[in-house]
Amino acid sequence: MKPRTIIEKIWDNHIVSERPGAPALLYIDLHLVHEVTSPQAFDGLRARGLKVRRPDLTIATTDHSTPTTPRSFPIVDKVAAAQVARLEANCQEFGIRCFGLASEQQGIVHVIGPEQGMTQPGMTMVCGDSHTSTLGAFGALAFGIGTSQVEHVLATQCLLQSPSKTYQVRVDGALKPGITAKDIILSLIARIGIGGGTGCVFEYCGSAIRGLSMEERMTVCNMSIEAGARAGLVAPDDTTHQYVCGRPYAPTGAAWDAAVTGWRKLPTDDGAQFDKSINIDASTLEPMITFGTNPGMGIPITAMVPNPSDITDPLERDSLSKALRYMDLAPGKPLLGHPVDVVFIGSCTNARISDLRNAAKILKGRKVHSGVRVMVVPGSKQVKAQAQAEGLDQIFRDAGADWREAGCSMCIAMNGDQLQPGEYSVSTSNRNFEGRQGKGGRTFLASPLTAAASAITGVVTDVRTLLP
Amino acid sequence: MTKFTTFESRLVPFPIDNLDTDQIIPARFLKTISKEGLGDQLFYDWRYDTEGRPKPDFVLNKPESRTAQILLAGDNFGCGSSREHAPWALLQYGFRAVISTSFADIFRGNSLKNSLLPIEVPRDVHAELFGNPNATVKVDLAAQTLTLPSGRAVEFPVDPFARHCLVEGIDELGYILQQEPAIASFEAAHPAPINTAA
Repeated sequence: MKPRTIIEKIWDNHIVSERPGAPALLYIDLHLVHEVTSPQAFDGLRARGLKVRRPDLTIATTDHSTPTTPRSFPIVDKVAAAQVARLEANCQEFGIRCFGLASEQQGIVHVIGPEQGMTQPGMTMVCGDSHTSTLGAFGALAFGIGTSQVEHVLATQCLLQSPSKTYQVRVDGALKPGITAKDIILSLIARIGIGGGTGCVFEYCGSAIRGLSMEERMTVCNMSIEAGARAGLVAPDDTTHQYVCGRPYAPTGAAWDAAVTGWRKLPTDDGAQFDKSINIDASTLEPMITFGTNPGMGIPITAMVPNPSDITDPLERDSLSKALRYMDLAPGKPLLGHPVDVVFIGSCTNARISDLRNAAKILKGRKVHSGVRVMVVPGSKQVKAQAQAEGLDQIFRDAGADWREAGCSMCIAMNGDQLQPGEYSVSTSNRNFEGRQGKGGRTFLASPLTAAASAITGVVTDVRTLLP
Repeated sequence: MTKFTTFESRLVPFPIDNLDTDQIIPARFLKTISKEGLGDQLFYDWRYDTEGRPKPDFVLNKPESRTAQILLAGDNFGCGSSREHAPWALLQYGFRAVISTSFADIFRGNSLKNSLLPIEVPRDVHAELFGNPNATVKVDLAAQTLTLPSGRAVEFPVDPFARHCLVEGIDELGYILQQEPAIASFEAAHPAPINTAA
C-alpha cells in the first residue's frame, strides 16, 4: 500500500461515500456547538422539520457572548442574553448536552472538549468556529465550518468535503528559556504569511513538537488557521495517550486498549509524500510579537518594525503602511519599550492551566505597572477551579490583575470585555485584526510569558530579562 | 435555492489585501440570532464614523456602488473567522460576486453555499480590472467565464459540484439527506468513539 500521511489516513477512515462529480461525504465524529454560529442552523432544521441525527456526538457550550463577570450577575447586554438563552433552548429542544452558563464544565469550546476527553486521536471534529484547528493537537482532523455546514452536520453528521493539500511543518531543536509554543506558531505564520497554508492541512512534526505538552500542541494547532490552513495536527504519541487517559469521556478497560492500538497506527508512514513542507530550527527562535493588523505581521521581540519602503509589491507595501498607520507605529523602530495600556491573558490559544502557570511564574511577588489593566480569563470553569486550587488566582490578584470567569472575552470582544479606541494591548489571543479587541484597539500578539512581563513593566518587554 | 444566472455589473474597487471577516462584519454584530439586517453592518467600522454616519469617501457609500453587484478586492479575501455572517452581509448589501486573486478556504465555502460567487483571477487580470475599475464585466458561471471590459473572456476555477448546485439551484443539504442509506451503513460499521449523552 502507498505510504500515507496521518491526514490521509483519517480522511480515508471517514469516507461515507464518493460519487463521481461530487466531493466526498465525510463522517464527523464530534460536533461542537456554540451560541454565535448555531442559531440560524437550528432555525434551518426547524424550517425543514429535521432532527439532530446524532445528539450523542454533539456537545454545546456558551463562550463568545458570555460575560466574564461573576456568574451571579445577569447578562446586561440583552442581545447577548437572548443569544445565550437561545442556545440553551435549542439544545433542550433537540436533545443536545449543553455545558451552559450554570454548568461546571462550561468554557471556551476548544478548551472543554479536550479536558472532558471527548477529543481523541483519529477523530474528525468540526465546530462553527475557525479555531477548531486547536483539536488537531490530538492527532485528529479538526476544522472550522460555517453555519450552513453546522446545519448539515446537525442533520446528517456528515459534510461534503474535498481533500486538502498536505503540508509538513517540521520543527526540530530545543527551545531556549522564555520561548514557548506560541513563539513557534507566530514564527511559522510570520514566515509563510496568513495565506501561506490556504488549501492545506498542516502536520506539525519534529523533535521540538514531540517535546511539547498537549496544551502546548493545542496552542500551535490553534493558530493553523491564522496561516490560512484548514487544520493542523500532531500525530498522537504517549504524551497524547497519557493526556486523554482517565478523562470523563475517554474509553476505559478493554476499550481503552483497543483504542490505543488503533491510535498507534495513525502516524504518517515512512516515505509518505507531502504537497508542501517547511523546516524551522526551534533553537534559533526568540520570543515573537506581532506589530501589525494580521497575525503574519510578527517579528522576534528584539527586531525592528519593518519599513514599507523596503517592499516592492505595491499592494503589500500599502497593506504594511496601512497597518502601521492603524497601529500608530514608526517603521524601523523597536517594539521593545512601547507603552501598553492593557494585558489580556486568555483565549482558546493560551488560557489553559499551563498558560496561567506560565503567567503566574512571572507575576508572582511582583506588581502590575500602574495604569496597566490586566485581565486573566481562564479557558474554562475547570481551568479556573484548578488555578484556584493551586493559588494562582491569589498571585494574579496580589499582582493587581483582574481574575475573571471563563469565556472568549477580549479575544473577540463580543461580551463587553474590550479595548478602548487607541489603546494598546499585549494579548495572548490569536488575532490582531483592526478592531478585533474593540473598535480602534491595537493588539500585539504574544505568549503568556511576554504578556505577563509587559504587565509588570508597562511596556513591551523581553521576558528573558525577568526570568529567574 | 434560486438558480445562479449570468449577469453584468460594474465593479466596486476595494484594493486592500487580506480583508478579514472581522472587517467584513465586526464581531459585535454576531450576537444576532437571525440572518437579517447584516447588509447595513457590512464593513461597518470602515463605512461609518464614530457617530454612525456614513463616510462619504468610503467606496461602499458612493452612489454608484449601491447598484453594483461585484466587489473587486485584494489578495486573500475573507481570511480569519468562519462567520457565515460575512457572505450574508455581502449578499444583503447587493453583491453577487467577489473578485480576488485568492480566497480563504472557509469564506470560499460559506460563499458558495449562499450563492455569493468567489471569482479567483490571475494577477494580470486582477491588475487589468483595477486599471479600469469603473467598467462593467460579465459573469457567466455555467461557462466559468468573466468577460473583461476589453471583451476578453477569462476562465475562473470553481468546484464543479458547487457550480452544478448553483446553476441548477440544488440544495446541498437535500443532496446529503438523499444519502441516508450510505450514512446508516457507515454508522453500523463504525461504532462511535464517544458518547456525549452518557
